Amino acid sequence: MRSNVKQDNCPESINGGSHSMERSFYISPSPHIKDVDSIPKIMYTVVGSLIPAGIGAVYFFGIQVLWIILLSISTAVITELLCQRILKRPIRITDGSAIITGLLLAYNLPAEVPLWLPAVGACFGIVVGKMAFGGLGYNPLNPALVGRAFLMASWPVHMTVFETVPRNGTLSGIDAITTATPLNVFEHTREILAHSSQYTTEQLTEATQAVSQLYDSHGDLFFGRIGGCLGETSAFLLLIGAVFLMYRRIIGWKIPLTYVGTVALLTWIFGGIDGLFTGDPLFHVLSGGLILGAFYMATDMVTSPVTFKGRLLFGTGCGILTVVIRLWGGYPEGVSYSILLMNLTVPLLDRYTKPKIFGGK
Amino acid sequence: MFRRKSFWGGAHPSEEKSWTEHKSIEDLPLPEKVIIPLQQHIGAAAEPIVQKGDEVKTGQPLGKTDKFVSVPCHASISGTVASIETRPHPLGIDLLSIVIENDEKETWIDNVTPSPNFMDLSVNEMKKRIQEAGIAGMGGAAFPTHVKLSPPPEKPIEIVFLNGVECEPFLTADHRLMLEKPSEILNGLRIIMKILNVHRAIIAIEKNKPDAIQRMKIETASEKGVSVLPLAVKYPQGAEKQLIKAATGREVPSGGLPMDVGCLVHNVGTALAIFEAVSSRKPLIERVVTVTGPGIRDPKNLRVRIGTPFRNLIDFCGGYTESAAKLVNGGPIMGISQVTDEVPVIKGTSGVLILDEETANLEAEHACISCARCVDVCPMKLIPNRMANLVEVQRVEEAYEIGLLDCIECGTCSYICPAKRNLAQYIKLGKALWDEKQREAG
Repeated sequence: MRSNVKQDNCPESINGGSHSMERSFYISPSPHIKDVDSIPKIMYTVVGSLIPAGIGAVYFFGIQVLWIILLSISTAVITELLCQRILKRPIRITDGSAIITGLLLAYNLPAEVPLWLPAVGACFGIVVGKMAFGGLGYNPLNPALVGRAFLMASWPVHMTVFETVPRNGTLSGIDAITTATPLNVFEHTREILAHSSQYTTEQLTEATQAVSQLYDSHGDLFFGRIGGCLGETSAFLLLIGAVFLMYRRIIGWKIPLTYVGTVALLTWIFGGIDGLFTGDPLFHVLSGGLILGAFYMATDMVTSPVTFKGRLLFGTGCGILTVVIRLWGGYPEGVSYSILLMNLTVPLLDRYTKPKIFGGK
Repeated sequence: MFRRKSFWGGAHPSEEKSWTEHKSIEDLPLPEKVIIPLQQHIGAAAEPIVQKGDEVKTGQPLGKTDKFVSVPCHASISGTVASIETRPHPLGIDLLSIVIENDEKETWIDNVTPSPNFMDLSVNEMKKRIQEAGIAGMGGAAFPTHVKLSPPPEKPIEIVFLNGVECEPFLTADHRLMLEKPSEILNGLRIIMKILNVHRAIIAIEKNKPDAIQRMKIETASEKGVSVLPLAVKYPQGAEKQLIKAATGREVPSGGLPMDVGCLVHNVGTALAIFEAVSSRKPLIERVVTVTGPGIRDPKNLRVRIGTPFRNLIDFCGGYTESAAKLVNGGPIMGISQVTDEVPVIKGTSGVLILDEETANLEAEHACISCARCVDVCPMKLIPNRMANLVEVQRVEEAYEIGLLDCIECGTCSYICPAKRNLAQYIKLGKALWDEKQREAG
């Protein structure tokens, strides 16, 4: 079903008197008008919405961040182009989706990674996460997260050691601690407090103080004056782009709201150090990669459900998994694995959340 | 009480009504020949009852059948039957048609005379006149009107709707009719209400036609049980299931008809034709057609004899512009693109749309990116992307299970798709494949 078959281009009538079939028309199935939005338009709008956070990343972590971003993007684009050439698929590289993959992967890396790392990750994400399945639209998993998961498994030290202190900020949100991100500190102190018998009173007091200091660092967390992956730290700059995407109706409210809401609720209930319902939901919402994940990666159209209820369940599931990994898992952060795991449930979610058909029972 | 007068889903394509909405209906001069297809309606085709060389008068029947779900067709000009042959038809197929050459005399059949006491006619006589006049729904689907007016006794009709929504972009034929023929339309409605013994009627009009709303309100001010209902501007507001839902909150059950919820919907143009058929026995030989779009020099609303080749309408409207590139029978969303302008206007031709190169040259299809916009706009709450994907790989049974036959083919999904996929077309194909499978299975 080709959309357009123009008839043989016969010359137009020269002797204006003749009324037969000189004029040729486009033939296509209806409709004959289409909405102005297209895949490239959507993709480049998403790219644009991520620019504030990128500028913020360069400001906070320095110029090397720019090289990481550019290298990640260019590797993603070139890899996809080569794949399309080699696999003899239509060349669709200008649709902008590879740029998003490269951009999101870069945003998920620490600021001091060696420059080969983003290149390897972007290449893996595109080849294994996207082109192996047939390219844009066929990939079950978010390609950027596939790349990140690969890097996490292969070079965990590069991926989990954060050293670059953000401009005008601190690495951990606490002046005294200069070796970890807020979520690292949080996990560590929680560990200490959970096994209080093994630690000295002094250590325990320090841990309690650290937690309350973390809870006082909302402002730093919100604006991004803390350590972390280079594009995830500034909730403020990410939200500017997210509001724009919502206004352009490229992302909806269902996945981000249920995702963030679930994390807030569960961390309030279970995330405290003084028992149930003592957690600080805002700390958990603003730290780590939750804002980046909830608004830019969980909302990836290809890898999220299409139904109303499916999206609500998807966001909720991402939230539950994130909290489970953060509070009880081995990693301080769980956004990427949560989204990847939930990506796998999308066909099932879509199948079992089919809306009631108009006039149906 | 304050339920929003709308339905779930839908889209807002550019309305494009300003090309013709303020232009009065003009009469197209009678053509030198007309091409009358024997099938212009849903149901059995008519059989020709004239022969080549016969002299025919305007309004004379040319073809009919004994089948109930069918309508006769009539000569729309007086002249000579030049040929009976297959001709290109605006529905995209070649069909047996009767070609009449105009004798320039415009001699009418004898019994077309207005009778002022038409409301005193019996219901059966009214229905007979409607059937003999060859009326089929003029909103586009062309279902035989007398069949629609004969619901089985176990399905009583409570509310009759006149559909003046005209939600397709560009089209203004119904809009102009409501402005210029409101009393005739109301008379047609009275006839429908008498036939069905219904005491409540709603004239539904989209809010982008405030003058028509105003005009019909004045016309119906003292008419008991008849109200005018302005509806939100949204495509496909004029689809009958969505119209009934918006106006009454009732949902036509899956696989059912409006009569299952006590409703019946007629187009305003059909109401006019019903009035003319019942009051003066005038057969359906003309209709109003909007000739519009960026590909025509002087867009107009025209009253046209059925069977007039599109070419005549286009010449009368100043001809094509340089950029004309696509010719469509109907509106831009559900209309059918034409190979040639030799095709005739038929009973369901509400518009002749000429698009330019820029609009007509649609982009190539891309793989679905699951953006779910089709799901969000589908007025039937289907999942068009999955359905189309299933049809594409011939898994028609699975498409059937998720509601293939519930699709009303409104095309909103294809319109909105950023991957430019022809979703509605795949679904239509799926329906055809399903029918085929059912036939094979016996």
